[in-house]
Amino acid sequence: MTNWRLPTVRRGALAVWRRNLLVWRKLVGPAIVMNFGEPALYLLGLGFGLGHFVGEMSGMPYLAFLASGIIASSAMTTATFEGMYSVFTRMVPQRTYEAILASPLEIDDILAGEMLWCGTKAAMSGIAILIVAALLGVVDGWQSLWAIPVVFLVGLTFAGPAMIMSALARNYDFFSYYFVLVITPMFIVCGVFYPIDTLPEIVQGFVYLLPLTHAVELARPLVAGGELARPVTNVVVLVGYAAVSYYIAVVLVRRRLMV
Amino acid sequence: MSEPIISARGLDKRYGDFHAVQGIDFDVPRGRCFGFLGPNGAGKTTTLRMLLGLTPMSGGSLSVFGLPMPAEARRVRARTGVVPQADNLDPDFTVAENLAIYASYFGIPRAEVAPRIERLLAFAALTERADARTDSLSGGMQRRLTIARALINDPELVVLDEPTTGLDPQARHVIWSRLSDLRDRGTTLILTTHYMEEAERLCDELVIMDHGRILDQGSPRALIDRHVEPDVIEVRGEASRHLIALAEGVGCRVEQMSTSSYCYTREPGALLEKLRNEHGLTFLHRPAGLEDVFLKLTGRELRD
Repeated sequence: MTNWRLPTVRRGALAVWRRNLLVWRKLVGPAIVMNFGEPALYLLGLGFGLGHFVGEMSGMPYLAFLASGIIASSAMTTATFEGMYSVFTRMVPQRTYEAILASPLEIDDILAGEMLWCGTKAAMSGIAILIVAALLGVVDGWQSLWAIPVVFLVGLTFAGPAMIMSALARNYDFFSYYFVLVITPMFIVCGVFYPIDTLPEIVQGFVYLLPLTHAVELARPLVAGGELARPVTNVVVLVGYAAVSYYIAVVLVRRRLMV
Repeated sequence: MSEPIISARGLDKRYGDFHAVQGIDFDVPRGRCFGFLGPNGAGKTTTLRMLLGLTPMSGGSLSVFGLPMPAEARRVRARTGVVPQADNLDPDFTVAENLAIYASYFGIPRAEVAPRIERLLAFAALTERADARTDSLSGGMQRRLTIARALINDPELVVLDEPTTGLDPQARHVIWSRLSDLRDRGTTLILTTHYMEEAERLCDELVIMDHGRILDQGSPRALIDRHVEPDVIEVRGEASRHLIALAEGVGCRVEQMSTSSYCYTREPGALLEKLRNEHGLTFLHRPAGLEDVFLKLTGRELRD
């Protein structure tokens, strides 16, 4: 019964993306407060508060270290929220997908549109953080704008697994497991708050399998200055997670809706 | 007779052990209203979903607009309008925006969308409410908007799954008149219903389904003529026992359902005479309808 056919993505995905953009535009006020408010609090609170004691980390002011990490983790949480709560709402209680599926669009297109939208929201949060970080004087020049496409990609990376959770969820409570068991641990161990090389070696190996590690490794030098350690590996890992999780999400949503 | 717009042969759907649709055959002629009449769980909605390529078929062959299904589902849906059983309007948008967004899923050029929306809002008598939120609409208005939305792509075929379930009689009559207009313009309509009146009014041809099978097919008139006697005499309540006694020997087929008795007959004269002589007995004499056919074919036990 399970339909394993590889997804085909067509222009229709953009219609789904545009739908979400139009809804977002109606609620732009609270969205912007979220985008700016949260990272500003983190940077001001932790960056200055903790930074006062820490001083420098990995050869940069702690505020710069933190800002360049938060930009990646915020892309993760933004895309995860969108891919779980919003996608589930449209898929199950709101029946938006059922309506869309009566048009020529398919689940492949819908989820591709959702994923692009998650990437877009991640990019918007990234832009907000860049602005806050720049105002605080911890952004190292114009090359930091490259962080925007990076956080867009990070958004895609985390949108896929979140949509898998939506496809499996019976209700909203289910998402707590994913947050507690997956997202929060990554937030803690993937180099957002301290460099990974302080972790025991055996743990480091594992941490390098996690996508957020690669997101941080890519974003940090772009934002705070310095050499990119292994950009190709980072991008390949992020793209790989995005592609595989998108495919699994498509198969699972097909199994859920095409019955 | 032109090519049928839909042709199904041995159409089959299994869910594990449950055989929801058991190899049914039917042809839907172009430009007509074709109904699927059946109790809950008869397989009507599953059949509709297979027509749209939204439910994988377990067997059989199906073509819509001469295109093989499910391979050509996208092309079929591009030319079809769908009114689902439960409204699934987009609550994040206004009435007019719902139509505009839906048009975008069909890739309809922006320049064409505005005049279409205006026309459809007028058709659905919702022009005044164009900027209202959908959750502020009454049930009847939401249904009309859902039907208008199904017409955004100018479909040749419109599929309606229980279009008037849950509506009050006024709202139902408005929907019926809109659907008649559509059919008169040459749009093929397919609808499922368990309202006999709806099927009798709207459908040129219908199939009666139960337990995943088609029990019979024809125009409402032909089905009535084929299965039941033209006259029905009905007695309700306590007195219904009298009918059974009186009906003996006057050429009557007697049926019972809960507290009512029905006598189906070609010559009602004799029984009517007897009933009139029974003082205080209330009875109803009416022509046989689709409901009588339906109950005869699908049985009278309760469905859940």
